[in-house]
Amino acid sequence: MNVELKHQAIAGTTESSDIQIMIEPNTNEGIEIQLDSSVQFQFGKQIKLVIMDTLEKLDITQAYVKATDQGALDCTVKARTLTAAFRAADIDQDYDWQVID
Amino acid sequence: MKRLRTTMMFLPGMNAAMLRDAGIYGADALMFDLEDAVSMKEKDAARFLVHEALRTIDYGQAETVVRINELDTFGRQDILAMVDAGVEVIRLPKTETAQDIIDVDQAISAAEDRLGKKQGQTHMMAAIESAEGIFNARDIAKASDRLIGIALGAEDYVTNLQTRRYPDGQELAFGRSMILHAARAAGVDAIDTVYSDIENEAGFREEVQRIKALGFNGKSVVNPRQIPIVKEIFAPTQKEIYQASRVIKGIQEAEANNSGVISVDGKMVDKPIVERAQRVMQLAEASGLIKNGGQN
Amino acid sequence: MVKNAINREIPDNYAAQYGAFEGAWAKQPTYKTTSRQVHAIHPGDSKLVASIHEAIEKVGLKDGMTISFHHHFREGDYIMNMVLAEISKMGFKNLSIAPSSIANVHEPLIDYIKDGMITNITSSGLRDKLGAAISDGIMENPVVIRSHGGRARAIASGDIHIDVAFLGAPSCDEYGNINGSHGKAVCGSLGYAQIDAKYADKVVAITDNLVPYPNTPISIPQTDVDYVLQVDKIGDPDGIASGATRFTKNPKELIIAEYAAKVIEASNYFKQGFSFQTGSGGASLAVTRFLKKAMIDQDIKASLAIGGITQPMVDLLEAGLVDKLLDVQDFDKASAQSLRDNENHYEMDAEMYASPFSKGAVINKLDVAILSALEVDTDFNVNVMTGSDGVIRGASGGHCDTAASCKMTMIVAPLIRGRIPTIVDQVNTVITPGESVDVVVTEYGVAINPARQDLMAMFKALDVPQFTIDELRQKAYAIVGTPDPIVYTDRVVALIEYRDGTLIDVVRKPGQQND
Repeated sequence: MNVELKHQAIAGTTESSDIQIMIEPNTNEGIEIQLDSSVQFQFGKQIKLVIMDTLEKLDITQAYVKATDQGALDCTVKARTLTAAFRAADIDQDYDWQVID
Repeated sequence: MKRLRTTMMFLPGMNAAMLRDAGIYGADALMFDLEDAVSMKEKDAARFLVHEALRTIDYGQAETVVRINELDTFGRQDILAMVDAGVEVIRLPKTETAQDIIDVDQAISAAEDRLGKKQGQTHMMAAIESAEGIFNARDIAKASDRLIGIALGAEDYVTNLQTRRYPDGQELAFGRSMILHAARAAGVDAIDTVYSDIENEAGFREEVQRIKALGFNGKSVVNPRQIPIVKEIFAPTQKEIYQASRVIKGIQEAEANNSGVISVDGKMVDKPIVERAQRVMQLAEASGLIKNGGQN
Repeated sequence: MVKNAINREIPDNYAAQYGAFEGAWAKQPTYKTTSRQVHAIHPGDSKLVASIHEAIEKVGLKDGMTISFHHHFREGDYIMNMVLAEISKMGFKNLSIAPSSIANVHEPLIDYIKDGMITNITSSGLRDKLGAAISDGIMENPVVIRSHGGRARAIASGDIHIDVAFLGAPSCDEYGNINGSHGKAVCGSLGYAQIDAKYADKVVAITDNLVPYPNTPISIPQTDVDYVLQVDKIGDPDGIASGATRFTKNPKELIIAEYAAKVIEASNYFKQGFSFQTGSGGASLAVTRFLKKAMIDQDIKASLAIGGITQPMVDLLEAGLVDKLLDVQDFDKASAQSLRDNENHYEMDAEMYASPFSKGAVINKLDVAILSALEVDTDFNVNVMTGSDGVIRGASGGHCDTAASCKMTMIVAPLIRGRIPTIVDQVNTVITPGESVDVVVTEYGVAINPARQDLMAMFKALDVPQFTIDELRQKAYAIVGTPDPIVYTDRVVALIEYRDGTLIDVVRKPGQQND
């Protein structure tokens, strides 16, 4: 699945147990994640890992991600990352679910 | 054994915290809403969130139901995502005709095919929310083998009737009866509508008693606090349990003797009584009144 | 480094000074309580002073002394800030403060610590910004955390010697007879303050409600008071009753409460004349309501309910379902009113409530206690002191006192809070040792301490899901993931005294986390 980021997009909320993901194309190589989390010490590494894995599945290799986390579970981190990435790529249907899984 | 649907809890598809905790309140079914509870511009976000929640969160024994959007808006995408996530039941809102059900059935079949799922594994529920739908309830209830139940969606329905909801529920009497009869004629469950005023416990109790008396299988709930109330009202009395347990014992004795005739205290028992006894025992177990089908 | 009886590492110097925890009932001393200095008052002498300044001069405050306050005004307290501001102005250094607890409102302490005015603190708790600052290492000497019973013991035994106690007095006469039941800043029981009054060398009563002599009822008598000062306001009534106890509508707390009530009902302790204590958290308050229904249904009455008193307990008293309340502190207006008006609602001091080295504390007579927790580990150790990030933000309270003494200690807590698991491999800080904890109740089910085989047998038919504590921990981790452990430096910022005065744990400054 080749998802090309075209512009900045946001998904998720800043409510408890949610995470807000802002993603935009990055001129630098690689994926850069800036995370601000209420559970930074306990789960910061894990949250970044989930964001990385999710973007990797979409073949996104260059992106800047700003994540504001209020204790979201991994499944929420993944869902919000997917939503933001597809929004940034202007894709709103025919997702390849088998790749996403 | 037939699945109980005494309580079906509604969950807005955008709320991460509620999706996480939904399993702990003992609801028989959890209905994740992608439709009315989600704004137009968050349809994609809710779909991804519910998809991931269904795939990763352990909802225990609860049946998972997703209320999709109508087919001509986001419904087809919802179906694809939810079938992929392995949802047990797709609930179609605002069902008006049997054709609506057939269309969704076909969309589900296509999704099951495409995603390599077992054909027919995804069940369906229809919510009827208009006069047209009520009159077509019988055809709707028989329109697909996937259907496991039909439900009344009262808010849209009373608007369509040009009335509003009243405490005595008189305005819903006809619709409820139609739904119940359609469900029974088709052999599926009948689920009643939500009661939104969560602070009015007395009003809620009254309504649950009313729909239980009508014969509904269960009630839709919007807050976990409503669940124990529904369970309490649907729980059989000790006398009912005692009588049912004797019928069950009669069945076991008949089985042991290879006899087709079931009797209690020397009197023959009819099939309807047997069915009712089985349902009482199932409800009793679900309410924690007995354990292991009363075998202990 | 010394490992204490529950394998917590205590630095040698502190272990030598305080002793390392050996077990809840390792000590049963015979000892003489401490004495205090008394300056005799003659007829005609006045105790009235015109200002805090004058009070500080008259008590002879000196650098290096220990002063104390009570925390009955909770978030509404004006006294501690008022007195410390004047002491600061007068330029004192190197003071120790020994308040019964510290609230958010006492944030100015941070400045007094930084400028060297305050160099030692002992308290039940430290909140938000002060807790964070202490964790960050702003004090050279670690704070000594003491439970309510432990503080009473430390004062009576002389481990804490209070030179001057500044006591907020909702109602007071010019000779120092005090109660908390009347006036503008009513707080009800003065149970924690009574100990300070009894053992401090000098006692200054500060009131905004000076009444004609003699002021009754008398919670703190004139014989314990040296000076009386009248000021405009001693506290904010809204802050005092900030634990305003509305019945929780949080469905998770309701499930926990319902499970807890079922556990109590199924126990042998739920019988005519039983006694219990509940905390002031949402779930434990709700337990009282579920319990009330069970008591009515089964026609069972309690003989005694104790602790920090809340409205649901008062309701039970008024409904005739509890014979007596013994009250060390009130969390809301209804409780304070009841203490004033109901002769079966009785004030007790902290020593009588919970001291381990008294001639018998009231908690020794408890059947069931319902307590809360920030973390519980798979050894049943409980943390109510540090957050999951290792930073101090809680209070020891009467947790370890009650847990040790009552027949069945129940911890009510959600399995997870947001993404933070409550049931963990190892708690960040131990306040109450696992040996004192019998049942953990979560929204997913309960775990019974295997040391209590009698309870295991009692709850065989209990209609609540049962797990081992490790199964609960696994459930929590399955939902939220496995948290990375907090990285600590070697720097000790707080000593956790067990109620008997030994160290059950220390709190270290968190280090650079690898995230």
